[in-house]
Amino acid sequence: MSAPSAGVRLNKAPSPKQLEKVAVDSLPKALTGISGLDEITLGGLPRGRPTLVCGSAGSGKTLLAMEFLLRGALEFDEPGVFMAFEENEEDLAQNVRSLGFRVEDLIAQKKLAVDYVHVERSEIEETGEYDLEGLFVRLGMAIDEIGAKRVVLDTLESLFSGFSNPAVLRAELRRLFRWLKDRGVTAVITGERGDGALTRQGLEEYVSDCVILLDHRVIDQVSTRRLRVVKYRGTSHGTNEYPFLIDERGISVLPLTSLGLDHPASDERISAGVPGLDSMLGGKGYYRGSSILVSGTAGSGKSSLAAHFADAACRRGERCLMFAFEESPAQIMRNMRSIGIDLAPWIKKGLLRIEASRPTLFGLEMHLVHIHKLVKEFDPKAVIIDPISNFTSSGSLEQAEAMLMRLIDFLKARGVTTLFVSLTGGGQALERTETGISSLIDTWVLLRDTEVGSERRRRLHVLKSRGMPHSNEVREFLITPKGITLAKAGRMQKRRR
Amino acid sequence: MTTSDKWLLRLYTAGQTPKSLTALENLKRLCDEHLAGKYRIEVVDLLKNPRLAKDDQIVAIPTLVRQLPSPMRKIIGDLSDTERALVGLQLKKATS
Repeated sequence: MSAPSAGVRLNKAPSPKQLEKVAVDSLPKALTGISGLDEITLGGLPRGRPTLVCGSAGSGKTLLAMEFLLRGALEFDEPGVFMAFEENEEDLAQNVRSLGFRVEDLIAQKKLAVDYVHVERSEIEETGEYDLEGLFVRLGMAIDEIGAKRVVLDTLESLFSGFSNPAVLRAELRRLFRWLKDRGVTAVITGERGDGALTRQGLEEYVSDCVILLDHRVIDQVSTRRLRVVKYRGTSHGTNEYPFLIDERGISVLPLTSLGLDHPASDERISAGVPGLDSMLGGKGYYRGSSILVSGTAGSGKSSLAAHFADAACRRGERCLMFAFEESPAQIMRNMRSIGIDLAPWIKKGLLRIEASRPTLFGLEMHLVHIHKLVKEFDPKAVIIDPISNFTSSGSLEQAEAMLMRLIDFLKARGVTTLFVSLTGGGQALERTETGISSLIDTWVLLRDTEVGSERRRRLHVLKSRGMPHSNEVREFLITPKGITLAKAGRMQKRRR
Repeated sequence: MTTSDKWLLRLYTAGQTPKSLTALENLKRLCDEHLAGKYRIEVVDLLKNPRLAKDDQIVAIPTLVRQLPSPMRKIIGDLSDTERALVGLQLKKATS
């Protein structure tokens, strides 16, 4: 095997090329079909071998295991057996019905078999030597009946409360894992998290190929689920903790890790939607695929500038996805209409999508997962996040920074031009953004609102714009019923009467 | 002591393993001593009838199930611990 030696670990998200290479080189894998998990594991779980999925109660083990089977049956034509030790068939079917899976149908089509193993210690008297051959018989029969390629044992450790002889159980578990390997099924075994150990009964001793840990934490009333590949023998894998989301489509894991600085850099330029601003940016506007920050105090016209950008993208026939954390879509459309930007037709045409939610609704990472999912779904060329400053309210500064870094990486890798809006609070230095993400930003447009005599005037300047000659001027601008218009260069000096 | 009319005992095995054979021997001996003349033993080989393992919720082998008289009772192991076997079959009260 010329693959990376055992234990080689990747610290950054793999490129598709890497994925392909590793998949070819190393041991065979079975895709789970679970969004993001296949990326982290560089191609799925070890084929024909058992994987241990452990976590505390409510961490999503059963769902992950079930989704692995359901997607295997539906997407990869690999029938699966679900051996349940805790929930009966009815409960299991109920649990995944909300995800749009119909277990009954799959069972009828012989793509899935469910066996509920019920062991009630109080009903059983132990009178001498025994083994768990009955379990093997049941599993073997279920596998044979549907030609299963995948098996789930959830939660195997329940056996320990059903039988009193741990020595027998351990010997039988060892035999079971060997048997599963001999049968060549790709298996997921779930285990309950124990004190100071991955599982209460030390199942990790038996499963040496792949161990995945799920975690569910609540910090400041915000819950975050995380997944980590603790061990994956014979292959490289991401080692970080990856946040994941359980929603109406199942599990989505966010595969991104640290800064991957290998995204393409386009020479193409796109309009900012305001002719005056384009001319300040070397006459051509932003670079496609760059990250843009529009910052300023309240009421300085940030969202209007963002709307121009969205409008310009849609005019080019490109899809634009806007995340609004302060206003509802209806409110945004009304406000923008008042300055001559009509976004409604773009929404109707399917070019524009506005996603509004309160930033405190989810934890930071959940936002990130959510944004990821929508970007993958909608596949926009332009993304607007208005404002990013609110993210600091749902997490610490460092977390917000790390999250934005990951977000920018993800969007850049997809060639998406992203405009971030950031609110600068009163009294703060204008050049300072709460999230301190300046180094991640390619073009930074600063808006300010200053009092001159008896009126407030809006001014704009380009603080920086990487890779292009840009104007150093501070330009005055007006928000008119026809949108933002920049005053002529040099106009600033003259006082309008 | 429950020694009502007829006892139906079903022993689940998986092939002719030493444990199964021991269990059957022990069971016969036990029945002859305590249930002479009013018992029937059925041996179910799960290798021949695998479906019954699921239908009857059998995990451990050997498992002895008291079908009659009801309620149903399950005993696992080769029945070499006579004391516990009798308790399990409710032929004897558990001594605490």
